[in-house]
Amino acid sequence: MPNNLTAWDRVQIVRAQDRPTALDYIDNIFDEFIELHGDRKFSDDKATVCGLARLENTNFTVIAQQKGRNTKENIERNFGMPKPEGYRKSFRFMKQAEKFNRPIITFIDTKGAYPGLGAEERGQGEAIASSMFEMSRLKVPIIVVVIGEGSSGGALAIGVGDKILMLENAIYSILSPEGYASILWKDSGRAKEAAEVMKMTAKDLLDLKVIDKIIKEPKGGAQEDVKKMSEEIKKEIVSSYLSLKDIDEDTLVASRYEKFRNMGEYIRK
Amino acid sequence: MVIDKIKKREEPEEDKKYSKPDIPVGKWIKCEKCKEILYKEIVRENYSVCPNCGNHFRLSSRRRIAQIIDEGTFEEFKLNIETVNPLGMDSYIKKMETIREKTGIDEAVKCGTGNINGEKVVICVMDGNFLMGSMGSVVGEKITYSIEKAIELKLPLIIFSVSGGARMQEGIISLMQMAKTSAAIAKLDEAGLLYISVLTDPTYGGVTASFASLGDIILAEPHAMIGFAGRRVIEQTIKQELPEEFQTSEFLLEHGFIDKVVERKDMKDTIHKLLLLNK
Ligand SMILES: [Zn+2]
Repeated sequence: MPNNLTAWDRVQIVRAQDRPTALDYIDNIFDEFIELHGDRKFSDDKATVCGLARLENTNFTVIAQQKGRNTKENIERNFGMPKPEGYRKSFRFMKQAEKFNRPIITFIDTKGAYPGLGAEERGQGEAIASSMFEMSRLKVPIIVVVIGEGSSGGALAIGVGDKILMLENAIYSILSPEGYASILWKDSGRAKEAAEVMKMTAKDLLDLKVIDKIIKEPKGGAQEDVKKMSEEIKKEIVSSYLSLKDIDEDTLVASRYEKFRNMGEYIRK
Repeated sequence: MVIDKIKKREEPEEDKKYSKPDIPVGKWIKCEKCKEILYKEIVRENYSVCPNCGNHFRLSSRRRIAQIIDEGTFEEFKLNIETVNPLGMDSYIKKMETIREKTGIDEAVKCGTGNINGEKVVICVMDGNFLMGSMGSVVGEKITYSIEKAIELKLPLIIFSVSGGARMQEGIISLMQMAKTSAAIAKLDEAGLLYISVLTDPTYGGVTASFASLGDIILAEPHAMIGFAGRRVIEQTIKQELPEEFQTSEFLLEHGFIDKVVERKDMKDTIHKLLLLNK
């Protein structure tokens, strides 16, 4: 893949209909996977997939944001935009992971949390806040993989982990470039320009220490070879897990705290 | 509901409004809710609440602290930090300089310790006059520092929020402040300390979706607008008109997301009472 792709080019790549989704990778990466449903409070959010998986004799809890692979699926998946019950569902599985001492893998791929009437009535803000709050102190290793679009608090809500990996063409940002241009310049038409200033590419985020590692994509992008892409992700998940698995609980939680504690770009006057 | 009362009064007598062409600039203020022209001094003495309709005017952090903290007891944490402008936006730095000159405040939150009717607390008060109270690196760091200070000093924490959300001009770094502050609140929780979050008009986006929603007790001023996504974005998404009371404090109370709506004149005593009942 040529390195001279602009941020906007990458936005197009991750939004393309043929971009592999979380379930495409999950099917390829894990030896076993069983999806489990519901937040036990209100409903089952279809934009959030949760389940148990096995990889090289280790059991994992998997949490993923799932976009549709076609229009029909996208409608069913709410275009990958979780509602509060999505975050409550993933929290339920994370808490269970902690109970059974299972490491957690999350896959981020969302335009953002769903902005809807019901979502606000059911506390979208509280759901996202509580998810980060609880993740920050979970006593099991958490590996985060940004596979496509990681936009706003809706993405970060499942992104508080020990190792943050990101696919080469994935983007991770405070908001979509359209939303950003609309808020900052009152003109969503300047999205392309926004994408270039937002520092949303994997390379930018590695420089800013927001992520730990970039996972290279096959020539032409992940869609060109889903098997190979999955292999690469698997390799990085395994090596991240190996680097975390022997760390005692207190140190693990303390280092996760420090990791996010240190995020911020300021100087003493 | 009070909203109905406000609506009934929404149409002011036109001549009352316009028959005083000699209103001196700076001494008078117009209530945006009931359109009444009010003498500033009277409003100020009434906790910056409209005596006519009960509308709560927005407060600067300085005036908020004066209303909540016992006189002479506020000690500000001296952090002396400033953003390094991670996206390299010239307009951002210029904008901040202009605001600093105009308002005399240096960032969107003021933090320190102080007493509430004699009870010592750590308090953070956001300021909507500074880039809509948005949270960037400095706000995130000041809030996190204050939370850690509360843990160190074993003091309760009070945060007054007013914010448009994460600060756009610092991009992803602002987003990460949500995780940073939420993690710090989790630490405070582990330490068994009380956190009272007070939501004021308006509180949105990344602040609603982080520390503001994580209080052991969450209070709000009447009729404050509080939400995650903005009203306009939601209307565009669902292509449907939203109920008028949508995202008000009263709406949140009704849906179970805040503990109590408290009028400004009662805020200090209510917090004090809660501090004593949590001792
Ligand atoms: Zn009024």
